[in-house]
Amino acid sequence: MTAAAERSSAPFRVSPGIAFVAPALCAIVTFFFLPVAGAVLLSFTDFDIYAVASWRNLRFIAFGNYSRLLRDPLFWIALENTLYFVAVGAPLSMGVSLGAALLVNARLVRFKGVFRTLFFLPVVTTLVAVAVVWRYVYHPRFGLLNQGLGLLGVGPIDWLGDPRWAMPSIILMAAWKNFGFNMIVFIAALQSVPESLYEAARLDGASFPQQFRHVTLPLLAPTFLFVSVITLIGYFQLFAEPYVMTQGGPANRTLSIVLLMYEQGFRWWNMGYAAAVAFVLFVIILCLTLVQTRLR
Amino acid sequence: MKRILTVTGLYALLGIGVVLTLSPLAWMVSASFMPTGEATAVPPRLLPSRFTLDHYRDLVTRMNLVRHALSSTLLASATTAISLLLNSMAGYAFAKLRFPGRERLFGALLAALVIPAQVSMLPLFLMLKQLGLVNTYWGVIIPGMASVFGIFLVRQFALSIPESLLDAARIDGAGEFRIYWSLVLPFCRPVLVTLAVFTFLGTWNDFLWPLIVLADDDLYTLPVALANLLGEHVQDTELMMAGSVLTMLPVLGLFVALQRYYIAGIMGGALKE
Repeated sequence: MTAAAERSSAPFRVSPGIAFVAPALCAIVTFFFLPVAGAVLLSFTDFDIYAVASWRNLRFIAFGNYSRLLRDPLFWIALENTLYFVAVGAPLSMGVSLGAALLVNARLVRFKGVFRTLFFLPVVTTLVAVAVVWRYVYHPRFGLLNQGLGLLGVGPIDWLGDPRWAMPSIILMAAWKNFGFNMIVFIAALQSVPESLYEAARLDGASFPQQFRHVTLPLLAPTFLFVSVITLIGYFQLFAEPYVMTQGGPANRTLSIVLLMYEQGFRWWNMGYAAAVAFVLFVIILCLTLVQTRLR
Repeated sequence: MKRILTVTGLYALLGIGVVLTLSPLAWMVSASFMPTGEATAVPPRLLPSRFTLDHYRDLVTRMNLVRHALSSTLLASATTAISLLLNSMAGYAFAKLRFPGRERLFGALLAALVIPAQVSMLPLFLMLKQLGLVNTYWGVIIPGMASVFGIFLVRQFALSIPESLLDAARIDGAGEFRIYWSLVLPFCRPVLVTLAVFTFLGTWNDFLWPLIVLADDDLYTLPVALANLLGEHVQDTELMMAGSVLTMLPVLGLFVALQRYYIAGIMGGALKE
């Protein structure tokens, strides 16, 4: 940059704005835009372990990977699992976030900052480390969860080993890990609701549920939209939880789209095929974002 | 009377929430100090019968955990420093310096937020392989050197720099870099701290990319090392808990110390949308 600054007095002038933007822009273009364009091309090739050895083994197969994708039962399983995780997990997480935000932000509650921080802690923890911890929490015999449920008379559940329970277990853990983030966003939105609106509602004799229904919810609508899109996008990228806790099992019931991409691309080196999987993820996220901009 | 009931109810719910939120973390800490085998005892123990540091000692002496901690620290610090410099320069320029195509360029960058990072990972890996950067620290740092989110955050803040301040400096003959370094950076301090905390925590906690790029055991970051350790020591509950504590302790500490900035970042980012 100093070079660019000196050059401003030289006959050849680079606008300082361009000089300031250039380093970041170069990095983003070279290491993000270029690879994304490369991914499009890659998804049209049969790039596999032989191509990793030598690029001469590379062939252009047009939509071959995509048609293979549509015929691959594993892809449909991964898509279904991911949709399950998103459809159940995202609303659950957002519901908990809103509940926590309402509690922390309640007029009568003191030490708001302390509660806010405590609820937020899981968000900043390392996902891999908490996934390890939760693996033990879910242990069928020794795990904290079954021991606690045992006290209530609920029989032991093989949380991560039972195909029916594995995804719900991951959903529960993800909600625990994430809810604090959206809670902060909801608190910010709640605090921007003028207190006078609640006072007016109370003067009209509105009960708490009525205030919530007719004052809080309508004013939170834009925040809801923002939070849902951000949450859905994040949830579609499910990876570390199943990688650490279940390796996609049992019976592929926790195999997610990104896990499938990782396994295909970096374990079996089917990079062309994995690129096609990545593009499916991209298309889904693009559609969600378009829906958001439409609604706004 | 009704008020007392409401208050009690609120605190009861908050209390349950806090217990549910903290119990996995509390159990992790407690189990990490238990003698081997005690965390899987039936009936369960919530507190260690005898406080031991054996597992931490094991991790440091036999599992080379210090090395991984240094890896993580180095990578998170380097990524934070580099991205802070690049993002702040670009964010300031997008806010305050006029150049042709500025708005269109910024719009294009924002549009890129739609593309999930995973899409770029396969070709990026091949590219870094060609450059000989796979299995090196640079390979991990490179995709984090600049970020659209970071540029956006700095730009929003830099918009509020008074034009008169910059003009006065220019009239005094200060060069553009000098203005950036000694006027803009100090002015943007709050947002830079926010961005630094975000980046450091994000890089420290990141898993997928270091897992892809690093092949040598020696270079592993803490999360990758921890996931790897799980493969061999899945039965050693107490050891794994000690490893989890060490992995997340630094980021938790950093967050508690700088949470004001972190939370301001989320609130600011959300409200601007």
